[in-house]
Amino acid sequence: MTGNRTIDPAAAEMLQRAEEMGISTAFSRAEEMKPCPIGSTGACCKNCAMGPCRLVGKHDRGICGATRETIAARNFARMVAAGASAHSDHGRDMALTLLAAAEGEAPDYEIRDVNKLLEVAQFLGVKTEGREAMEIAKETAEAALAQIGQQKGELLYLQRAPEKRQEIWRKAGVAPRGIDREVVELMHRTHVGTDQWYESILMAALRNALSDGWGGSMLATDITDILFGSPVPLTADVNMGALKEDEVNIVVHGHEPTLSEMILVAVRDPEMIEYAKSKGAKGINLTGICCTANETLMRQGVPTIGNFLSQELAMVTGAIELMIVDIQCIMQALVPLADQFHTRLITTSPKAHIEGATHVEFDEHRALEIAKEIVKMGIDNFPHRQDAHIPKEINHLVAGFSHEYINYALGGFYRGSFRPLNDAVIQGRLRGVAGVVGCNNPRTCHDASHEYITRELIKNDVLVAMTGCGAIAAAKYGLLSPEAAKYAGPGLREICETVGIPPVLHVGSCVDNARILTTLSQMATEGGLGEDIADLPAVGFAPEWMSEKAISIGSYCAGSGVYTIMGSESPLANSPLVDRFLSEGWEERIGGKLEFIADPEEAVEKALEHIDKKREALGLEEYDPSRFGRSGDRRMEEWLALLEKGEPVSLYREPRLK
Amino acid sequence: MSRYIATRAIRGANRIVKEAEDLFEKALAEHGPDTKVAFPNTGYYLPVILGITGTEVERLGGLKPVLEHARSLLHPVPKERFWTPYLGEALDCGIATLLAEEVIMGIRFVYGEQPERLPGFRLAGGTFTSPDESAQEAIEGRVNGPIDDIQLRSWGIQLVDGRMPGFAAIIGAAKSNEVAVKIVRELQMRNILVFLCGNVNGRSIIHQLMEEGVELGYDTYTVPFGTDTISAIYAAGFATRAALTFGGKKGGQTREIFLYNKFRVFAFGLALGEVDDLKYATAGGVISYGFPVIADTVIPEILPTGVTQYEHVISMPFDDIEGKDDLERATRLVQRCIEVRGVKVKIAEIPIPIPYGSAFEGERVKRADMRIEFGGKYSRAFEYLRMRGLDEVEDGKIEIVGPGFEDVEEGGYMDLGIVVEVAGRKMQEDFEPVLERQIHYFINGASGVQHIGQRDIAWIRVSKSAAEKGLTLRHFGDILYARFHSDFEAIVDKVQVTIYTEPEELKKWLEIARAAYDVRNKRLVEMTDESVDTFYSCTLCQSFAPNHVCVVSPERLGLCGAYNWLDCKASHQINPTGPNQPVPKGEPLDSDQGYWQGPINFVYEHSNHTVERVSMYSIMENPMTACGCFECIAMVIPEANGIMVVSREDPSMTPAGMTFSTLAGMAGGGLQTPGVMGVGKYYLASKKFIKPDGGFKRVVWMSSFLKESMAEELKAVAEREGDPDLIDRIADERYVTTVEELLPWLEEHDHPALKMPPIL
Repeated sequence: MTGNRTIDPAAAEMLQRAEEMGISTAFSRAEEMKPCPIGSTGACCKNCAMGPCRLVGKHDRGICGATRETIAARNFARMVAAGASAHSDHGRDMALTLLAAAEGEAPDYEIRDVNKLLEVAQFLGVKTEGREAMEIAKETAEAALAQIGQQKGELLYLQRAPEKRQEIWRKAGVAPRGIDREVVELMHRTHVGTDQWYESILMAALRNALSDGWGGSMLATDITDILFGSPVPLTADVNMGALKEDEVNIVVHGHEPTLSEMILVAVRDPEMIEYAKSKGAKGINLTGICCTANETLMRQGVPTIGNFLSQELAMVTGAIELMIVDIQCIMQALVPLADQFHTRLITTSPKAHIEGATHVEFDEHRALEIAKEIVKMGIDNFPHRQDAHIPKEINHLVAGFSHEYINYALGGFYRGSFRPLNDAVIQGRLRGVAGVVGCNNPRTCHDASHEYITRELIKNDVLVAMTGCGAIAAAKYGLLSPEAAKYAGPGLREICETVGIPPVLHVGSCVDNARILTTLSQMATEGGLGEDIADLPAVGFAPEWMSEKAISIGSYCAGSGVYTIMGSESPLANSPLVDRFLSEGWEERIGGKLEFIADPEEAVEKALEHIDKKREALGLEEYDPSRFGRSGDRRMEEWLALLEKGEPVSLYREPRLK
Repeated sequence: MSRYIATRAIRGANRIVKEAEDLFEKALAEHGPDTKVAFPNTGYYLPVILGITGTEVERLGGLKPVLEHARSLLHPVPKERFWTPYLGEALDCGIATLLAEEVIMGIRFVYGEQPERLPGFRLAGGTFTSPDESAQEAIEGRVNGPIDDIQLRSWGIQLVDGRMPGFAAIIGAAKSNEVAVKIVRELQMRNILVFLCGNVNGRSIIHQLMEEGVELGYDTYTVPFGTDTISAIYAAGFATRAALTFGGKKGGQTREIFLYNKFRVFAFGLALGEVDDLKYATAGGVISYGFPVIADTVIPEILPTGVTQYEHVISMPFDDIEGKDDLERATRLVQRCIEVRGVKVKIAEIPIPIPYGSAFEGERVKRADMRIEFGGKYSRAFEYLRMRGLDEVEDGKIEIVGPGFEDVEEGGYMDLGIVVEVAGRKMQEDFEPVLERQIHYFINGASGVQHIGQRDIAWIRVSKSAAEKGLTLRHFGDILYARFHSDFEAIVDKVQVTIYTEPEELKKWLEIARAAYDVRNKRLVEMTDESVDTFYSCTLCQSFAPNHVCVVSPERLGLCGAYNWLDCKASHQINPTGPNQPVPKGEPLDSDQGYWQGPINFVYEHSNHTVERVSMYSIMENPMTACGCFECIAMVIPEANGIMVVSREDPSMTPAGMTFSTLAGMAGGGLQTPGVMGVGKYYLASKKFIKPDGGFKRVVWMSSFLKESMAEELKAVAEREGDPDLIDRIADERYVTTVEELLPWLEEHDHPALKMPPIL
């Protein structure tokens, strides 16, 4: 029974194996347990002990008198708060790591990208001239932490947005004052008997989401780049075929790169490799799942074996000696599952324990030592591997598109700019741009929406940027390979061939969606495409979302002026008013909107409609793919092929195939 | 980019950088690190290196960091499958290529291998003042090499005023000699400067043009750089220097220099014949300047835009171009090049049997090639333009009074008078000299016709080939009729031309003309800055030097020498929204010092608020800025308590320790530098010349060229200053080239500046 569960052959194979072995997975559990019909529409309020109240049928108000609107809005707001706090807490940890590194307390970490440090320092008001990198790093970390704890004023990173966007935020009263404060305030507002007007709650939710996108997440990305390097393009493998039969398979899973970067150092340690050999393995194979995988993929090219819904299936191979997890999106189901195999599950975050897992607490002060300790546990486990089955499925991708690199890619060291990208949109080679991000969700066929939407967008000459589990999904189907340009429309194909990029750009983990915001800001300020992100022919999708982080991301994208489509039925369906406010209300006030559209075909249709509407508003030429597609190597290749065949060819003549 | 191009460009870059490194090591071993490295007669060190890296390379050892930087810009070639992006990487490799190529050329100069030797080649060069070839022996057998600064400046003003729309760097060899000539002629007809370099299997377009007897050199707007690809670096150097000279950019402002070229310099590369790795790599560098590349062979195209304004790379396989023959195909190819770069071309259709365009303006007609001569040593020629009433001019009437030159023996001469009568509702008498001056440019545009001088010292030669093609005197009338209409449609409604060769009539009209010249001379001479209440601005050069504003007064003409106060006034009336705007003098703050509120306000407003205060006369205090087109540079020599004036014709060393070219970098770009000022040479003869600083008596050194070419005017100045021998007391480069030599010389000649109050 795997037909409509996944489009990934490796996942399907493992689902089959799980079934045969009588193992339950998220897929099977989702079939067994339908979603709660009351909670799934935002009709349930359990914010006090007078309830829980369910506002269904004839019940239009809760015990306290809260309306359907108030309750739906509160539920939404609390998702935003939880999602924003996850990203922002991640950002805090990165800042603390930088601080520890700068103070010499985390000797295994260094500043790998000094230029980025200088850039971030300047943005955060830290003096850089004539100072040592570590001194700057220390103050930069402190300034970042101060942003997180800031109580008044505005987040400094808001200045990265186009001026007009900043004005819109100020006018609408949603410019975040701090990061923690916005979460705390939103939790307060949604406490019983506090904010009880859905518009007010949802605008506050927007401010909190913006403090994630233009605050916590952006800091997390920047500081990660400072510590581990800003990504540049590299080639890597994706899917479960990257697991090795004859090597110790160690998998990192979760969201933070701090430990996984050290694990990578440990597995490359000749001593460790020797040790692995002494246990009968040919070596140590490090792979990743979810966003920890994305972090190590973007910077180090570590293979990715799957996204969120593959975490159990990877274990089902029986070929994983050790899975190291840190924070976010780690299924508790992994513990009983690991018990079925020889796999050891190691939790490492002081804030993410799982009952029954081995906990080796990560401490950045002795990071490499801990990493080696963990890797050794994996090696020791290799002799226990029994009946393993690794799917053959493997694909290749090019990842590593930081916005800094994109800028470079479009003109080199001296001429780098977003001009060629804007030109392409203006001329209609690119119809528009899109971000496709987010999770997997067993309530919808695994990867299917990601794959469909991405493929349709590029076919329609929309350049796509992806992060998180969506990026891994598209990578598995070859869409992140430069050769995927052949699936693109003629204009996008020309751009891909000109720059050498895939039609779908992997820009990082889910916390790196901030890179998309920066990229859009640069497009809006480069000229020719209006003066605000909301003017751009741009859309955002989270087709298979499931986490609260996705709601925060969707909200900050909308809050930044982007039409954002969440791929599910509305979790607020109990209140059409609230649904409409997220769409029309937000669009009127801040230029972007959030909509829930479960059908991917309809989603693509509405997105293209929106893109064309924005093109028209900018006075750009109507999208007409037939005008493009002439440039590239094809003619030259034909000519060379004829030459090869010994046909008569002239340099002064187009090749003519007989 | 395309992966194919990127692969080849990156491969070419890696190879040329290696070659440069090897050559550098060899030169270092053979000549040592302190050996001087320079391009002669250019003031910007090795200009591409200066522009990109900010490094002022003067010695061999200084090339090392340049090569290190070039190497740091290299990348590996893209993989066959699952490649990572290559556009930025290939462009960087292109920059590395340019750096390496300039290093190689610098070293070749050390070895005396540049400009390249080309047996049998002879440059059409020399000066603009004499059509007779002399002192050309030295350049016999070598191609041009880098363009010298004097030429750069001379072309600069033509780029500014639109006479020259851009430049084409041609690399390789055309399909046939016939096509090579046609392409160059088509470009010349559009006044596009042509740079020639490169080869295909050893054969260069330079060889092709040589074989066809096409004159190559500054005078024909066709500059042969060399027969290898590396010599294309001189085109990049020219572009870089344009940004440094006219754009006020500084070495190391790499991005700004590139963007200046993208937006201001309309240039493109034209690759003729097979494109090899090094050509791709060089193209990669050229694209960073915003210059597109067009090929006449099958290569991949790069049509998206961004780094360049329009398409990046175009391929037009020559035989596939529509056209009845190769000549027509060549024309279409050039048309496409112009479209791709967005070059603006204004071309008047002139019904004459010979090619026509400003590119032919500087063409020489040597005595041996001459069919006939008007004026000069053996005969008299004059030209005169006057306005008449609308009913007194018959539009389009061209009359020849007297015989044509058909019966004159070959190589002979005859007297000639050209009288142009114009009428128009907006025409004014003041415009007469402005329009009359155009006759020189208009006649000169015909291929095979040479025009020098003006008024009654005009001197015209017609070549044998032009005469063979059917050129007659009547065609002079056709040219003038067409050009006055097309260039001055705003003020000229009717034009009639009469050409006199009949002696009696000619004599009569010469007297009328001379009387008119006299009236015009007096009109300006009698005017003083006090006698008018309005000066005129000239911001013609702001397209090149955005912060520069000339203020032109009756007693101070524009620094380029091309615009005096009357010309500006006329120009303003002809085009009221143009670059010459009235500047009311306003409140006199200190008119002796040259301060009026009006010019100060105007210059502040129009210099993007960079020049806060300007004196109309002083060199020491708030001097007027300069664009880069100045005829002369005046500079204080504190030791001599005076100033020196060097003219741009003078390549010698000056007592300031710098040549004109080097000084030009300090004087231009719209920067206010007390003690240095770019001026028009006739300002030297003005009563207001550096009046606040002591006037003409401060001149302690001046280029002999000025002494000779302005002998009359300077004599008058000396008398005015009460010292008839003053000019002889001024040193020049024939006697003095250092400040150490200057002082004794001045003392020996009792120069008055030594007794004047301290200039500082």
